[in-house]
Amino acid sequence: MAGGSGIDVLGQFELRPVLGGLGEALRFSQSPLYMLLAVCLVLAFLYFGMRPAAVVPGRFQAAAEVCYEFIRNMAVDTIGPEGAAFFPFIFTLFFFILAGNYIGLLPFSFTFTSHIAVTLGLALMVFVLTVIVSLKVQGFRFFAHFMPAGASMALAPLLIPIEILSFLSRPVSLSIRLFANMVAGHVMFDIFASFVIMLAGFGVVGDVFAIGPIAINMALVALELLVGVLQAYVFAILTCIYLREAVAH
Amino acid sequence: MGVMMKTVRAGLLAAVSGVSLLAMAAPGAYAAGMPQLDFHNPLVTGQVIWGAVIFLGFYLVLSRVMLPRVGRVLEDRSTRISSDLEVARAAKQDADKAVAELQQARKDALAEAQANLQKALDEEQRASEQKMQEINARLASEISDAEQRVAAEKVRAFAALKDIAADTTQALVTRLTGSAADAALVAQKVEGASAHRTL
Repeated sequence: MAGGSGIDVLGQFELRPVLGGLGEALRFSQSPLYMLLAVCLVLAFLYFGMRPAAVVPGRFQAAAEVCYEFIRNMAVDTIGPEGAAFFPFIFTLFFFILAGNYIGLLPFSFTFTSHIAVTLGLALMVFVLTVIVSLKVQGFRFFAHFMPAGASMALAPLLIPIEILSFLSRPVSLSIRLFANMVAGHVMFDIFASFVIMLAGFGVVGDVFAIGPIAINMALVALELLVGVLQAYVFAILTCIYLREAVAH
Repeated sequence: MGVMMKTVRAGLLAAVSGVSLLAMAAPGAYAAGMPQLDFHNPLVTGQVIWGAVIFLGFYLVLSRVMLPRVGRVLEDRSTRISSDLEVARAAKQDADKAVAELQQARKDALAEAQANLQKALDEEQRASEQKMQEINARLASEISDAEQRVAAEKVRAFAALKDIAADTTQALVTRLTGSAADAALVAQKVEGASAHRTL
């Protein structure tokens, strides 16, 4: 990590093709590999958790049920009765991001949510979905939302561009929030880890002082565990809020 | 619900394909250092397409297989709990009814026992009263018999008393005078004296 001319904190985000030439030809880097891993982990968790299908659940099954009910309640409470139809989508979104964030916390792994291409892709998918649902449900009345009800007509030339801009900036803020949080966390890990290696060069004194950055990194892991679930939750709840607007009559 | 589901699915498909096209045609914004912004790298845009495919697969497996399974288990549980509650409620009703019946039976038995007891007591009382009356009657007759006998004795005694008094008077007079008195006169005097006394 510590490069020749200083600290290389961004090297961890570099994409490399896996499986050599085949990966290069298919544009298959470690990012999709970790996506697959995350998806398989979530599916395995649900599969093995729900395999007993017991009336009185064990710990594992209870955990899977809590996940299900948490997202279902979030979708139905936020979106309304129509939320049940969007529940699988919100569940997929939440656990895709959560698993990505958490797998990225393991040493030597890769965090695919730290790539703006991925987060922007997810955000644009949500954006396009909300626009399609809005047009389907509300028809052309959807465009009336760009003029806030009750505002004076004189303000329309000012309000309408602002509303359109704020609507269009949704995917940007949605994607950059997740991307920036993940990048910042992992850059901090790398910086403090590099300090340890630099201090190791100063002999015994350095070894003693290196305890500091290690302790900070341990605290950062705890913080990142919080950030990981919080960002997944924010992404999912904002999606729910956008969808509620879309299905509102 | 079904219509909404179809809308979601169609929307997702359109969104995924739209984003993929957008990513392919993304402008080559190149920032030195940040590998995430190196859009010339085919791997950066490649992960969007792979991500779309993986996400879609994840969504399909979850929405078709996994989540319905979890939902079925939860639904089974809630129906089972409500049916169990129904059974428990019915059992409680039965138990309540049985308790009420038991209490009624106890009350009836108590009332019957009370009535029996009262009847026995009444009978006993009546019998004892009758006995008492009989005893009283017998006693009264015995008392009256005795009184009659006493009165007869008294009369007899009084009669004897006059004889005794006459004999005594006769004897006294004989001793005092030396000659026997006239018996008819003595009897008359005794009769007169005893008439003055109230015995």
